[in-house]
Amino acid sequence: MTLNAFLFQALNGLSSASGLFLIAAGLSLIFGVTRIVNIAHGSLYMLGTYIAYSFATKIGGGLGFWGGIIATAIVVGMLGALIEFLLLRRIYRAPELFQLLATFALVLIINDAALYIWGPEDLLGPRAPGLRGAVEIFGRRLPSYDLFLIFVGPAVLLALYFALARTRFGRLVRAATQDREMVGALGVNQAILFTSVFALGAALAGLGGALQVAREPANLATDLIAIGDAFVVVVVGGMGSIAGAYLAAVIIAEVKALCIGIGVVHFGMFSVNFSKFTLVAEFLVMAVVLIARPYGLLGRPQAAVRSVAEPEDPIRPATPLLKALAAVVLALLLCLPLLAQNSPYLLILGIDVLIAVLFATSLHFIMGPGGMHSFGHSAYFGLGAYGAALLVKWLAAPMGVALIAAPIVALGGALLFGWFAVRLSGVYLAMLTLAFAQIVWAAVFQWEELTGGSNGVIGVWPPPPFDKASVYFLLALVLTVIGVLLLRRFLFAPFGYAMRAGRDSALRAEAIGIDVKRVHWLAFAVAGCVCGVAGGLFAFAKGSISPETISVGRSIDGLVMVLLGGIQTITGPIVGASVFATLQDMVMRQTEYWRALLGAIILFLVLAFPQGIVGAVAQLFGKRRKGQTP
Amino acid sequence: MSVLDLRSLSKSFGGVHAVNAVSFAIRRGEFLAMIGPNGAGKSTCFNMINGQLAPDSGTILLEGKNIAGLAPRDIWRLGVGRTFQVAATFGSMTVVENVQMALISHAGEIYRLWRPAASLYRARALDLLAQVGMREAADRPSRALAYGDVKRIELAIALANEPRLLLMDEPTAGMGARERHELIQLVKKLVVERGISVLFTEHSMDVVFAYADRIVVLARGRLIADGDAAAIRANAQVREVYFGTGKTFAGAVS
Amino acid sequence: MLSVESLSAWYGAARILFDLNLEVGRGEVVALMGRNGAGKSTTMKAIMGLVARRQGVLRFNGGDISRMKPYEIARRGVGFTPEDRRIFADLTVMENLDVGRQPPRRFADGAPAPAWTPGKLFALFPNLAEMPNRPGGRMSGGEQQMLTVARTLMGNPLLVLLDEPSEGVAPLIVEQMANTIVELKKEGLSVLLSEQNIHFARLVSDRVYVLEKGEIHWQGTMAALDANPDVQTTYLTV
Repeated sequence: MTLNAFLFQALNGLSSASGLFLIAAGLSLIFGVTRIVNIAHGSLYMLGTYIAYSFATKIGGGLGFWGGIIATAIVVGMLGALIEFLLLRRIYRAPELFQLLATFALVLIINDAALYIWGPEDLLGPRAPGLRGAVEIFGRRLPSYDLFLIFVGPAVLLALYFALARTRFGRLVRAATQDREMVGALGVNQAILFTSVFALGAALAGLGGALQVAREPANLATDLIAIGDAFVVVVVGGMGSIAGAYLAAVIIAEVKALCIGIGVVHFGMFSVNFSKFTLVAEFLVMAVVLIARPYGLLGRPQAAVRSVAEPEDPIRPATPLLKALAAVVLALLLCLPLLAQNSPYLLILGIDVLIAVLFATSLHFIMGPGGMHSFGHSAYFGLGAYGAALLVKWLAAPMGVALIAAPIVALGGALLFGWFAVRLSGVYLAMLTLAFAQIVWAAVFQWEELTGGSNGVIGVWPPPPFDKASVYFLLALVLTVIGVLLLRRFLFAPFGYAMRAGRDSALRAEAIGIDVKRVHWLAFAVAGCVCGVAGGLFAFAKGSISPETISVGRSIDGLVMVLLGGIQTITGPIVGASVFATLQDMVMRQTEYWRALLGAIILFLVLAFPQGIVGAVAQLFGKRRKGQTP
Repeated sequence: MSVLDLRSLSKSFGGVHAVNAVSFAIRRGEFLAMIGPNGAGKSTCFNMINGQLAPDSGTILLEGKNIAGLAPRDIWRLGVGRTFQVAATFGSMTVVENVQMALISHAGEIYRLWRPAASLYRARALDLLAQVGMREAADRPSRALAYGDVKRIELAIALANEPRLLLMDEPTAGMGARERHELIQLVKKLVVERGISVLFTEHSMDVVFAYADRIVVLARGRLIADGDAAAIRANAQVREVYFGTGKTFAGAVS
Repeated sequence: MLSVESLSAWYGAARILFDLNLEVGRGEVVALMGRNGAGKSTTMKAIMGLVARRQGVLRFNGGDISRMKPYEIARRGVGFTPEDRRIFADLTVMENLDVGRQPPRRFADGAPAPAWTPGKLFALFPNLAEMPNRPGGRMSGGEQQMLTVARTLMGNPLLVLLDEPSEGVAPLIVEQMANTIVELKKEGLSVLLSEQNIHFARLVSDRVYVLEKGEIHWQGTMAALDANPDVQTTYLTV
């Protein structure tokens, strides 16, 4: 690449950085004050592009385009205020996990709403009136609009900086970022402050999305891609630092632009297409930053967020009643193939439930006792599934080998990602794991030669006798029971206790010689490995695997299963997974807009039981017990 | 020989000398109090000894071995127990399991995956609990204990690795006067029996003057006084930067 | 100034306060005393509306504040300085003061309450005057303690709730806090403080309520408490 081409790509990167910065800055501001990581921020960004498209095409001309961009920011800001007012305000005191789930439910609902309003096709807006031309720079033609975008980022950065440093609103925002309750006790109406900050953050996302209208088509997949990018930017820049967000946005956008600019490079007989490595490059940047500065380039260690979740009780070995119950359920499941001879659907559902149980139990292992709220468990499921499927596709491996390879591939991924993840905690960990899962998904999607891209891998059928649903069901049952019992055994062993020790008080754990990070890292690996088995089972159960089945949605499904059953109990995820897998199956058969329906169900659960279903049940029983023995 | 020997220990944060060339030593079996105004550098000093902070310069000799910059868990393995200003236990475990975890870790068995942890070292854990007067509470969840009792559990945990040195950060913070004296008397009894040295920070002058063998005073990151209770009471500089006229606490300044 | 009738408060399912009744008169300094965990801090927070669930009738400066949110209570003229200080670490001294700023206000009888400016507060706390642009996080504990009181005074309160002003600070700072409280009383403000240190309470308080397990077990003047060693040893364990 010549120097001129290099500089030209650098300019390209700068113009992309503006959009990234706008969404990340909004996310960071909102998190600072409300302590909520708004996963729906990517959705607001996506809406920005769609709404700006509608303004630009329906009204048209300079007014429709430029006025539309401003109007879009205002409309999305108002939508943000509405979301805060109707939803978030009710869950500020709920556990962190529930807040994340609620905003994810919004992602589902907004996505289906956009599908309903604008349809499934990509929509490319008109070119910007007044900036249709291009400027000759470094021997190439750069669209004037891109040049304009380069200046938008710094302009917004300066405006935000000024507002935060010099105005009373800014001082209140910064004060609330550190201690919102204290700000209230000093006579500041938090409700208004929160709503306005949320509106501002949403408007920034809307503006960021709207500005893309002349550059990129509006697309329904933008929401999760944008939020994934924004998470990476925020983690790299440092949560709560606006300047850090800009710096990180520039670095990431530049690295990506350079990868694309380099294109195909020949090393002797090999050729490497760097433009396919944009996601890997993003990951590498994040990895390097996290090693050097765990709280981001300009971030500072966050004070521990006061936990609102009820502390859990000591774990006890299973009571005879529970053991008997487990034996009965197991016996029933063993008989299921006989009972289900006339309805094969029951066995298919049974296999789905078993896979869900294994998936949810492995997630619970790190989420509950480990206290690590992974939002990217689908990564290990996907690695297991693709690991098995690709072995079959490329090496014609037998099922036994593929099912052994699945957990090994997942283990490798979990060891790699987990090493970074355990360095963070709370929402940082959630964001990082989600970003990792996005990377796995995108790698599978982009690496068409190996994985078949969006078409996935097909023809992964089990050999006889496992091709019969009844036999495959028994195989899944055996593997699931072994997996669940192993994880349970680990929890009662010193290793499981050490995990909980690190979660309960990392300081105290370190002070009695426990290497908390290493314990949690190994726990991450164990969970990933078991999850890989679930992925392998899934591939053979369906006969195929596609990127869609390992998307972020699956991670969230896992979270819902765990929360449904109750995060504080070891048997919880089993119950939760069974209920959820059955429910989901029924919902998906009912409607095309099943995402929105699922979102609505999640929102209902979160609003109706802000302390968790099991928490609500326990509280009910607790009250009764106290009532009986005054 | 000194159990712990700080030599010219320094640490700065953003150009401010939090701890500036501080040197002192603790003898075997000694009960040493570190006092001083807030921001004098006590916590920083403490956190360098227990490994939470790495000093910018200077050495920390634990029985002759330099431990400056080691991780907290490694310092613990060398025989340093500690209690926290805000008592910390594992809330999801029973009292006895809390102590068992320290014993399991001391034996290097943290990564075992098969034997249930609850069956390991239970007898020794119960014995330690008996020594701090908490044997009856062994099977209760530790988060259900009163604050004073949590402090006792911490003490049992801190004794699990048979330490040579015990670091106690404001051991009586947030306790009433009677509890306060009972706890310190217990600590004193246990460490004298075992020949353990204790370094503690404290703002309750009644505790400091009643129990400390020796007192070091920090102010603005420097060591300004080192001596027994009588010497510290009489020290004009300590009075000026720390005690004031003494009318807000009992019997400290004669 | 403040009257509290049968105040109860809960943390989660646990009830912490049981039907407390207490009063603070205009210009009066009242101490809530008792052991750790007796419910002193919870009482403060409950008055301020900072507990999840509370019950009882709270009247302040002629109005009912029982159902108000913390910011509304603050705007009525109740100032709160928490025991853990809760200074905004990233904000400078001046910015911390600005966050606490509220318009001047009057007592129920129309008399103006003392109005505070940074200048007046710097006269009261000379240490702060030396560091107007220092971030709160870079101050010593004693300086933070002064800043938290100054920040509360910026709201021109009629009543100041001081939670454990002597806890965890050096004796010298404790003495300065005592002098400050005496100054506030001279200005005509009411003070409700929670305290374990009887030597400190003795220097500043007019009256005392003794708390134990969320209930008031004794009340009377400071002089009466001084003359009652039984109460002191039973509930305060001096």
